[in-house]
Amino acid sequence: MSKMSTLATAVALASTLGLGATATAADMPECENCADSMTIVSWGGAYSKSQLRAYHEPYTAATETEIVNDESSAEAVAKLRAMNEAGNVTWDVVDVVAADAIRLCDEGLAVEIDADNDLAAAPDGTPASEDFGDLLVSDCFIPQIVYSTTFGYRTDNADWNGATPEDICAIFDTEKFPGQRSLEKRPIANVEWALMCDGVSIDDVYSMLETDEGVDRALAKLGTIKDQTVWWSAGAETPQLLADGEVAIGSTYNGRLFSAIEEQDQPIAILWDAQMFDLDGWIIPAGLSDDRLARAKHYIKFATDTQRLADQAKYISYGPARASSAPLVGKHADLGIEMAPHMPTDPANAQNTFLYNYEWWADNRDDLDAKFQAWLAN
Amino acid sequence: MASDLTTHDGQPLHKSLAKALRREKLRALVLIAPLLLFVLITFVSPIADMLFRSVENSIVPKTLPGTTRTLQSWDALGEELPGEEVYASLADDMMLAQELKIHTRLGSRLNYDQPGIASVFRKSGRQVKKIDSSAHLDGFIQSNEIWTKPESWANLRKNGLWPGAFPASSTAWSNWVRFMKSDEGDDVDLSEKTPSGLAYSALYFDLQKLSDEQWRQLTDSDNETTRAMFNGLREASAQFPAANYKEQFLDMHDGWGKLDNWRTLHRLSPPIVDSYYWASVDRERTSDGVVHKPENERIYVKLFVRTILMSALITLMCILLGYPIAYLLATLPTRTSNLLMILVLLPFWTSLLVRTSAWKVLLQQQGVINNILVWLGVVGDDGRLALINNMTGTVITMTHILLPFMILPLFSVMKTISPSYVRAAKSMGASDWTSFRRVYFPNTIPGIGAGSILVFILSIGYYITPELVGGTKGVFISNRIAYHISSSLNWGLAAALGSILLVAVLILYWAYDRIVGIDNVKLG
Repeated sequence: MSKMSTLATAVALASTLGLGATATAADMPECENCADSMTIVSWGGAYSKSQLRAYHEPYTAATETEIVNDESSAEAVAKLRAMNEAGNVTWDVVDVVAADAIRLCDEGLAVEIDADNDLAAAPDGTPASEDFGDLLVSDCFIPQIVYSTTFGYRTDNADWNGATPEDICAIFDTEKFPGQRSLEKRPIANVEWALMCDGVSIDDVYSMLETDEGVDRALAKLGTIKDQTVWWSAGAETPQLLADGEVAIGSTYNGRLFSAIEEQDQPIAILWDAQMFDLDGWIIPAGLSDDRLARAKHYIKFATDTQRLADQAKYISYGPARASSAPLVGKHADLGIEMAPHMPTDPANAQNTFLYNYEWWADNRDDLDAKFQAWLAN
Repeated sequence: MASDLTTHDGQPLHKSLAKALRREKLRALVLIAPLLLFVLITFVSPIADMLFRSVENSIVPKTLPGTTRTLQSWDALGEELPGEEVYASLADDMMLAQELKIHTRLGSRLNYDQPGIASVFRKSGRQVKKIDSSAHLDGFIQSNEIWTKPESWANLRKNGLWPGAFPASSTAWSNWVRFMKSDEGDDVDLSEKTPSGLAYSALYFDLQKLSDEQWRQLTDSDNETTRAMFNGLREASAQFPAANYKEQFLDMHDGWGKLDNWRTLHRLSPPIVDSYYWASVDRERTSDGVVHKPENERIYVKLFVRTILMSALITLMCILLGYPIAYLLATLPTRTSNLLMILVLLPFWTSLLVRTSAWKVLLQQQGVINNILVWLGVVGDDGRLALINNMTGTVITMTHILLPFMILPLFSVMKTISPSYVRAAKSMGASDWTSFRRVYFPNTIPGIGAGSILVFILSIGYYITPELVGGTKGVFISNRIAYHISSSLNWGLAAALGSILLVAVLILYWAYDRIVGIDNVKLG
């Protein structure tokens, strides 16, 4: 059995490779005066693996570029700044969340991208800037996936008496849904949810959070569940806490919940209401030599075209950032299940969502984080 | 008498001796030179660099050289926005900054002190290019055509009053040169060009400040071009069309009309500032002097106190648990004590993250310890103990992780205490307790001292364990330092927090030396 699945994977892999090679030969111009090897930085784990299979392997097959993988995305911002100060940038392409991309762009640590020139157009000729649309949230950022921070809950909570949470405010309803909660140890998303459940519309949330009263109100709402909340700092914690029965409901990234539910068969379900969309994508560090910059741009153009982004969704339940990729999303490469219903962007899941407000948080993150941490510590 | 003593070559003895000693010292210094250099390069200089970052602020005056200068004469305590001159220099500085793409970097620096200012800079970047700077330029040209010619500026820059009497113009000129070089390449030929209208505005504001004497020098100059440039200019400039930089900036972003933004910029104009240190102790400098931050933002002092108290508690726990183990190790027969030693060292060799995660499994509410307690009936199923994600979790886990650092120095000190001391005490009639208290224990104090210093200093800087098991009440100041280093990129604040921590440790070390004496510390 395991042998067969390995074989199946190998076949699937081979077909991907073949596809990649032909697609590249047809669409991609040769990379002129480019470096022969490159270092790509990402998050590690299942996510890096999906990139390896969807992007790196076809790219290496097509261009014979040696790709070195580094799993330092969590510290990318600080490390890039240190590299930049030392004048020795060793990374060529870095996978970061959009908020970090904005920070890197502001700090002059990432190069600006001209979407229509540097990125591939959609198969029907739609220019990249339209295909990515509003998701191009920074001049330096090339979006790759849409993921969401949302809630998972155990389906076997005895004292819930068969009730299932339908909307986000269930996390504040300790009468109907008793039990421990887990929330991320930072204000982002938590304060939005708190205000929404305190009767504020999402459009007014940010103007309200700019006042002390708004912050106090959000924290007061969170205060109603503070003593029943475990605060996490790594995305793997909530699925683990749910699996152990430590918490009844908790927030995390939707891909983590997908693997706990589908790959590990845990009694967990997803509450999609008021999920917060966030983006993850590439940046190219500032300060690369010309041949390395050319290689990085060549890779980016390849790895963010319509087919490649759709391919990644075969391995992980994150939605491709291009509008033109969505119809191409197929089945999971190993599990064989349809991936579309597991995407945060699927219409059934995306009835009530909001997008991480990058601009606002870039301005207010440090200030609100200080208030939030002070509130936590008291 | 001593002066009478000489060596065989007639030198006074003490001189010869000093010479020999000096040679010895020099030789020793040469021997340790590689190590000394190594320590200097890898240890002292990074710390010095870190200390410096906590006060360094040159990004503001370097990015906005003109604005920081003109802002000095603005009344930061008043209720008025800065005048046209400041906005003109801001336009000039921003024009260059956006060309060099450094305006957003400055914005994120200022944002640490003034939330919201980052987007003011980010959003203004693109629009600054469209600023209309023709008002003063037109005035100059109307006054005399010579101002359209490059030689007017060449002549001005050769004048004896340049740059002293023309501070804004000289900044504007060098900004313009840097802008052109960045825009068109380093080898751009500027000799046939006149600067942008922004430089004329700077010149206009400089002219307003010239004294009568300086005007006379210009208008009565021996140089014909200079006379042509400045004759009648004083009267004409009074009739120049009014510039509207302020209005244009207010249209660009209403952040430029906020007094607090300007006050922050004014306060952070010097190249060296103390704002990071005030922030580290939950204070800030405002127009009313240094004040406490609002109650809901105070966090660092609390965390410093907590870090030190909890580190002390962890050290104490390590002494209590480590002392008997070290005693066993030192007194049991070698074969048994070697086995025990391996048990002590085994966790020491295991990855820190693995041990921390193992504690999570043990301590959580559905974890091993709680399950056993429930099974034994010590606590009810709904009364499971909260042993993790709080202070208890941090203390338990860190005590375990740091225990070897206490046991090992204690063990090596106890090993050297001869059993005959205690036997002698007992033979003279001391009870077990008395012989321990008066003879054995005092001999182990150097080991306790060494272990305590190790454990305390290590735990003060720990952050990964508190982050994972400390929840909200069991985190240390190092968690905030890590946040500022890796997430917020506020390295200045991280450096200030780190420096305070360093000073706190040095003070405690000094106190330890005064009370116990550092000579009494033994690692073996």
